[in-house]
Amino acid sequence: MRVGIAGVGWFGFQPEVVDYSFREMMFKAAQRAYEDAGGLDPRKDVDAFVSCQEDFWEGIAISDEFAPDPVGGAMKSVYTVAGDGLQCVGQAYMMIKSGLFDVVVVESHAKPSDIITLNDVMLFATDPISIRPLDIGNAHALAALEARAYMHKYGVTEEHLEAVVEKAHRAGAKNPRAVYASPGRSRSSSPVVADPLRDADIAKFVDAAVVVVLASDRVIRDYTDAPVWVDGAWWSTEISSLELHDWSFPVHAREAADGAYAQAKITDPAKEVGFAEVDNRYSFKELQHVEALRLAPVGAAKDLMADGAFCPGGRLPVNLSGGALAEGVPFEVHGLARLSYAVAVMRGDIKAQVDRREVAVIHSWRGVPTTTSVVVVLRT
Amino acid sequence: MSGVTKPLNPRGTKYERADFPVFEFPVVGKARYNYTTGEALGRFLAGLKEGKILGTYCSKCGRVFVPPRMYCSYCFREVDGWLEVRDEGVVVTAVMSYISATRARLERPVAVGVIKLDVPGRQFDDHFFPGLMHYICGAAEEDVKSMRIFGAKVKARWKPPEQRTGSITDIECFEVVRP
Repeated sequence: MRVGIAGVGWFGFQPEVVDYSFREMMFKAAQRAYEDAGGLDPRKDVDAFVSCQEDFWEGIAISDEFAPDPVGGAMKSVYTVAGDGLQCVGQAYMMIKSGLFDVVVVESHAKPSDIITLNDVMLFATDPISIRPLDIGNAHALAALEARAYMHKYGVTEEHLEAVVEKAHRAGAKNPRAVYASPGRSRSSSPVVADPLRDADIAKFVDAAVVVVLASDRVIRDYTDAPVWVDGAWWSTEISSLELHDWSFPVHAREAADGAYAQAKITDPAKEVGFAEVDNRYSFKELQHVEALRLAPVGAAKDLMADGAFCPGGRLPVNLSGGALAEGVPFEVHGLARLSYAVAVMRGDIKAQVDRREVAVIHSWRGVPTTTSVVVVLRT
Repeated sequence: MSGVTKPLNPRGTKYERADFPVFEFPVVGKARYNYTTGEALGRFLAGLKEGKILGTYCSKCGRVFVPPRMYCSYCFREVDGWLEVRDEGVVVTAVMSYISATRARLERPVAVGVIKLDVPGRQFDDHFFPGLMHYICGAAEEDVKSMRIFGAKVKARWKPPEQRTGSITDIECFEVVRP
């Protein structure tokens, strides 16, 4: 039994979607996904729906209840996972593998522009007793602590971060939905937010919704002639106490990657993977995640980056989309944003500078203060 | 449980705070939002400001949505248009509420109910209908408690136009219409 992607739809990817509510954004993304899946009718053809969202982002308690109707799931099997959209892909993967479901729809949406106190809401995710009372002021400081630990241990300099930022904006300029892409943006002249992180190192937030239709190999040809297969999906959470997690390396991303590679029978990722879309919501994170995903030896990503190995047209392009630095971070939609871009590249819908489009690895991290990563392996 | 002695004081034994080094921690942080109304609810609120209750309809299944949606959740398609429903209808369910959200006893109990709104030329069953949840005013406490209020005709009592803000509270309550 193989699980494939039959359709993808997205809406938004604007700093603020003023005209449409989150429900309406979900509906529009779903319409597009179903059209992409050969005009699938969610009222008849879909066995179950999974939505990835988080109550505090929504500003609605038990927001699960708001998931079904905008995507055609009213009075059908729907459940919500409080996690990144790729975790929902993992749920759909398991459901279809079980043989009980043939078509499962995955949805995620985000409207960060609706949150007035975004920094406070982010800090709500820190331990309420051991960290929150410190009133650290800016949630990005938590990422800065990780950046310092990683850079100190592996000799990463601010010039290396500069290279990541530059690549993201240059690649993003070719991605129509990368609203923040600005080629030539100078990192060194952008203000320091939390040393060593400057404004240019930190991805902005963006409003977006993405819907993905997954189907079993038994029925997928009813919906698409060009399925992209999900051959691995794995996730990992390191620990709930930041104090006790590894500050210098994302162990969770390594764990998630190894799980997904094992499922997809990939033994040498650096050779077998054609391109990657990984979380880069902070510039240094791209280097860390490349290493965690075994696309470069630990500590070596900075040099390979400087050599252009991960650039568009390079040996193993990473974030041809520009990633979160160029597109923005749509909360839990982020993993699906990375995935939907990769699917478009693999199907040839997007002409990207990449030689090998047959195998892609997708990664998402849920951002500070989480220690959760998800990795999905895609094949054409 | 052998060896367990009967407590000296069956109503509970006093303990010293030091025996349980546990205390509550005050909440730090705040979460505030500015919800985007979107196309459907935005137009609905603008309608309330003008003293109108607006809904959307799906021509395929005939459903009318109040509060409005821009899609029909049953047919999964965009709705076909807007219509104005009447600001009156019948009580489908109602209760008397005697306590506030903080569990303090209210000085005067309030009646809260769900109103099925009248749409000229259309009929709806009790399973799905255009309707609003709101306060019911002018109802006798006994009529609500005994459920005699069910099926009663009610009509919106609007705030004066200059006090309306484009909110569900632009309607003060639905008032029982005396035959």
